[in-house]
Amino acid sequence: MMTSTDAVRVGTTSAPRAMDTPVALDVNDLRTHFTMPGGTVRAVDGVSYRLHRGRTLGIVGESGCGKSVTAQSILGIVPRPGKVVSGSMMLTRGDGSTLELAGLDPKGKVIRSVRGNEIAYIFQEPMSALSPIHTIGHQITEVIRLHTGANRDQARERAETVMRQVGLPRPDEVLGRYPHQLSGGMRQRAVIGIALACNPSILIADEPTTALDVTTEAVILDLVRSLQDTTGMAIQFITHNLGVIAEIADEVVVMYMGRQVERASVTDLFLRPQHPYTQALLRSMPRLGKRAQARLEAIEGMVPDPFSVPVGCAFHTRCRHYVPVRCDQPEYVEVAPGHWVRCSRAGEVA
Amino acid sequence: MLAYTLKRLLLSIPTLFVISLLSFVLIQLPPGDFLSTYAATLASMGEQVSGDTLVLLREAYGLDQPMYIQYLKWIGGIVLRGDFGLSLEWRQPVASLIWERMGLTIALTLSTLVFTWLLAIPIGIYSATNQYSLLDYVFTTIGFIGLGVPGFMLALVVMWVSFSYFGADVGGLFSDGYKNAPWSFGRVLDLLSHLWIPMAILGMEGSAGLIRTMRANVLDELHKPYVTAARARGLDETVLTYEYPVQVALNPFISTLGWALPGLVNGGTIISVTLSLPTAGPLLLRALQSQDMYLAGAFILLLGSLTIFGTLMSDLLLAWIDPRIRLDE
Ligand SMILES: Nc1ncnc2c1ncn2[C@@H]1O[C@H](COP(=O)(O)OP(=O)(O)O)[C@@H](O)[C@H]1O
Ligand code: SF4
Ligand SMILES: [Mg+2]
Repeated sequence: MMTSTDAVRVGTTSAPRAMDTPVALDVNDLRTHFTMPGGTVRAVDGVSYRLHRGRTLGIVGESGCGKSVTAQSILGIVPRPGKVVSGSMMLTRGDGSTLELAGLDPKGKVIRSVRGNEIAYIFQEPMSALSPIHTIGHQITEVIRLHTGANRDQARERAETVMRQVGLPRPDEVLGRYPHQLSGGMRQRAVIGIALACNPSILIADEPTTALDVTTEAVILDLVRSLQDTTGMAIQFITHNLGVIAEIADEVVVMYMGRQVERASVTDLFLRPQHPYTQALLRSMPRLGKRAQARLEAIEGMVPDPFSVPVGCAFHTRCRHYVPVRCDQPEYVEVAPGHWVRCSRAGEVA
Repeated sequence: MLAYTLKRLLLSIPTLFVISLLSFVLIQLPPGDFLSTYAATLASMGEQVSGDTLVLLREAYGLDQPMYIQYLKWIGGIVLRGDFGLSLEWRQPVASLIWERMGLTIALTLSTLVFTWLLAIPIGIYSATNQYSLLDYVFTTIGFIGLGVPGFMLALVVMWVSFSYFGADVGGLFSDGYKNAPWSFGRVLDLLSHLWIPMAILGMEGSAGLIRTMRANVLDELHKPYVTAARARGLDETVLTYEYPVQVALNPFISTLGWALPGLVNGGTIISVTLSLPTAGPLLLRALQSQDMYLAGAFILLLGSLTIFGTLMSDLLLAWIDPRIRLDE
């Protein structure tokens, strides 16, 4: 019998690192709600974490748990009728000053000067994130000129440098192309290139490899990691795939129905998962070396209706360790240094 | 782009040939010819035309020759000499009959098209970017009324109102003094002062539909991920609206250009008859009824060519705006 972890390759790309560098973004008790005729969806409901320079924070959870809305809240691009209702998002800028992103006018100058410049966002589907009617060159030089005030030639030069950096050795060719003329892997490289064009201090990657095949995924993950080594940017890496988290993250936040249920270093999370939801996620994960016929264990039960999040512990409808009354108000507690869990029975269950 | 343009130009030559063939066959299709219709009309009025006279007339007009000879003579005259043959009914060269009317038709059609677009595109964009605002509702309501009321009704109402309240006759494209006058600066001004009424009426009908289309297209585009992605790069909302979605939303407009031109000619016919405009529609209608084959043929040929031309223009414009079209070939 194997234990649940010995076959998981934790941090194969390179060893996980301690979150001991300066903070780039401090998110505190963020809440983003969608008020609709049918009720209010608390898409993000009290999420806190920090991004550190040169480090990668992974955010993991099932589809619909609020990962993307968390990222959209930071950039002020939450789709209507979504609204950041409370919390703080403190950005540390290049000169050491700080900027509160919560409450900025989403169409205003300040947040626009942050988007694509200090904080870059990579979307899941590289094809749909690019304008189909403009060349890659147009789309990248546009951002460079917007944020740096470079002229056409300077922007072009910068664009070529970035394209080489993301592993597109003949920039001339790629820059003159339209998105549909590139392969999936090249497109995602180009998208990463556009994101890095202005040397952002923070990169938010929202499932950037989900649309790619496994080989391309591995190559892109390596690329992201090596770009981080050269630029020192902080990365928030969003995925529903724990395998990807193991490859790339230093610290992990696990989300369930808009709430943060666990936060730990990647090693702690894989070796000592505390929350029953995290444990279930790990059991449902395909493992190296596991015999092919051994079926994956799906997480029991259904994701509840987002309009009516279960009272008390949101996970209790699917939890095999649920105990009435005790589970009514789970607190978010630090069970070990840097390891936070929102479960009344943390430590008792495994 | 050059290669694509050349290719499209070359492709339109055989299409034009087929159109010319079709127009010729089409006008020959009804049983009998102009002379038998003519003889029948005379007979119904109690006059007799002798068989000999008919044979002579047939020879004179070349109606006794095989079809393909008639076609070759006809198309040869058009291509080589700009000679569209004789109108049997008007006893005049077809060319002298149609050019002014075709010119006026194209002037009316194009100005209507421009008017429609100038009205519909900005309103559509505004409605889409200010969805559910007060003005959006106002435009939507006006649009539905515009769609529901047929153009000739509108034409009649405008005529009646201007006649009974302003004593002005808004029919026609010229004042009496300029109707048969040669072209001059004054005549052009006179034309412009009359043109706007049919233009507005024709345009009103078209705009209502186009506003809906434009609004839906822009809304569709505005919510696509690439717009959100561009917003996440820091582009401002104006650039986001105009540089990306509006351009993409315009494509359907441009692709309708091909049939918008002849469509307006047809749609304009009823209104032209109502307003007694000297455009092509009414004359074509009459020529078809009397089997005045060269006149009808010339019209059909010109309308067909206009369609080909419109389609060619819209394809080239589309390819110019949207690289996916020109590069995927
Ligand atoms: N445009 C929207 N309109 C209404 N509700 C939304 C919208 N986008 C997201 N939500 C709500 O927010 C929840 C979280 O969405 P999201 O952050 O996209 O999930 P994911 O973790 O898969 O990225 C969804 O379950 C949905 O209820
Ligand atoms: S609080 Fe109770 S119900 Fe919730 S996860 Fe922990 S054990 Fe399960
Ligand atoms: Mg998502």
